[in-house]
Amino acid sequence: MAFDLGVFCKSTLDGEAVDHCFSALLGLGQNADPSYLDWLMKAWSWTLAVAGLSLLIALVLGVLMGTLRTLPDGSGLSRWLVRISTAWVELFRNIPILVQVFLWYHVIPAFVLPLKALPSYWLVSIALGFFTSARIAEQVRAGIQALPSGQRMAATALGLTTLQSYRYVILPMALRIVIPPLTSESMNVIKNSSVAFAVSVPELTLFAMQAQEETSRGVEIYLAVTLLYALSAFGVNRVMTWIEKRTRIPGFIVPSDNVAAH
Amino acid sequence: MLSLDLSFYNWELFTNYILKGLLFSVQLTVIATIGGIVLGTFLALMRLSGKPSLVYPATFYVNTMRSIPLVMVILWFFLLIPMLIGRPIGADLSATITFIAFEAAFFSEIVRAGIQSVPRGQAYAAEALGMTYGQNMRFIVLPQAFRNMIPVFMTQTIILFQDTSLVYAIGAYDLLKGFEIAGKNYGRPIETYILAAFTYFIICFSLSKVVRKIHAKVAIIR
Repeated sequence: MAFDLGVFCKSTLDGEAVDHCFSALLGLGQNADPSYLDWLMKAWSWTLAVAGLSLLIALVLGVLMGTLRTLPDGSGLSRWLVRISTAWVELFRNIPILVQVFLWYHVIPAFVLPLKALPSYWLVSIALGFFTSARIAEQVRAGIQALPSGQRMAATALGLTTLQSYRYVILPMALRIVIPPLTSESMNVIKNSSVAFAVSVPELTLFAMQAQEETSRGVEIYLAVTLLYALSAFGVNRVMTWIEKRTRIPGFIVPSDNVAAH
Repeated sequence: MLSLDLSFYNWELFTNYILKGLLFSVQLTVIATIGGIVLGTFLALMRLSGKPSLVYPATFYVNTMRSIPLVMVILWFFLLIPMLIGRPIGADLSATITFIAFEAAFFSEIVRAGIQSVPRGQAYAAEALGMTYGQNMRFIVLPQAFRNMIPVFMTQTIILFQDTSLVYAIGAYDLLKGFEIAGKNYGRPIETYILAAFTYFIICFSLSKVVRKIHAKVAIIR
């Protein structure tokens, strides 16, 4: 078993080598047989699509739920919001991601009929987004609680309402603090998107399993897939580090080096 | 609207389908935790040794494991182990080896942070008393470090228990698989997926409550 990258230039239909292996990458040879390289690239784009959509859902819900958990003890409404967001976090982080994917794919559409019309890639993204939102909510809560309590008091003393003090005082500080942990959560989303294979989303892991079966070139296939995962996670890391630098307020937040790529 | 019927779920079904899977998931979690902590401690000591010949391999191993999705690691080991030893091995054994190797990387990071949390003066004092590096680690640094690490270890173990469901990728018979097969055989997949989620939730939620209690206790002693 010699190491042979030629497998990526083989046709996925008959296993014969195709001559347009790399030209297909550039959008040429559209009508010819797809090669394994074409399939790999398509699978990569599915992985990025699932991870991107999940991350979007997770960030919105995670910041919302994490913020709600820190609401000050006050009216009945805020007490209920704290309870709901706490239940949300406990629910979505104590069930394995694969089980949640199955719930969204097999169970929930049976009760919520409009969901049946959604493609499976959306359902997986919702599952992964909700799962990750619980973790992000915990980070956001920790970030808000890490602020000196004087910040909140000062906002109140200035006559700001609760909403205003979150909007203008607390969140602008807290969200900057949580960027490093959010960076590692974002990289986790790339990695966790691999569970989409279980409901037949044609992403990298499913490609790895199927192409390995068809070609018996497991090492070459897995190596390519693994490198693409690592590359994607590294890309996310760079983007988040860039955001961290861009949003930094000089003299306020101490830059943390421990999350930067090694 | 669909109605749920849980009456099919009885003791017989539990012992026939679920128990086997539950035992495997728990066994996998326990073995991977113990193996991961032992191996992870060695990795952490390698990374803290200051000798490049030890630091770089250990760092490379930990960073590689941490940047690959667990499902891919499971697939890699399932592919590579038979190639290396020249004969096929079962999904169960392959999963066990994978989880020990994978968790070692994560536990090593916890151990490393734990060792670094022990004040420098402790190690210096032990050195001043004439202890060797081994004695220093064995009697002074590690006992204190492990005490700090207990809550983090337990949190990681809960995550590990959830992650065992990913052996689905190579078809090992774990808790989730048990529910899935029961659901297929009884024609009730929807109910069994709900029961699976419920079971995982109860186990992980109660364990995390226990961790919180222990965390409070350890914190008071310090």
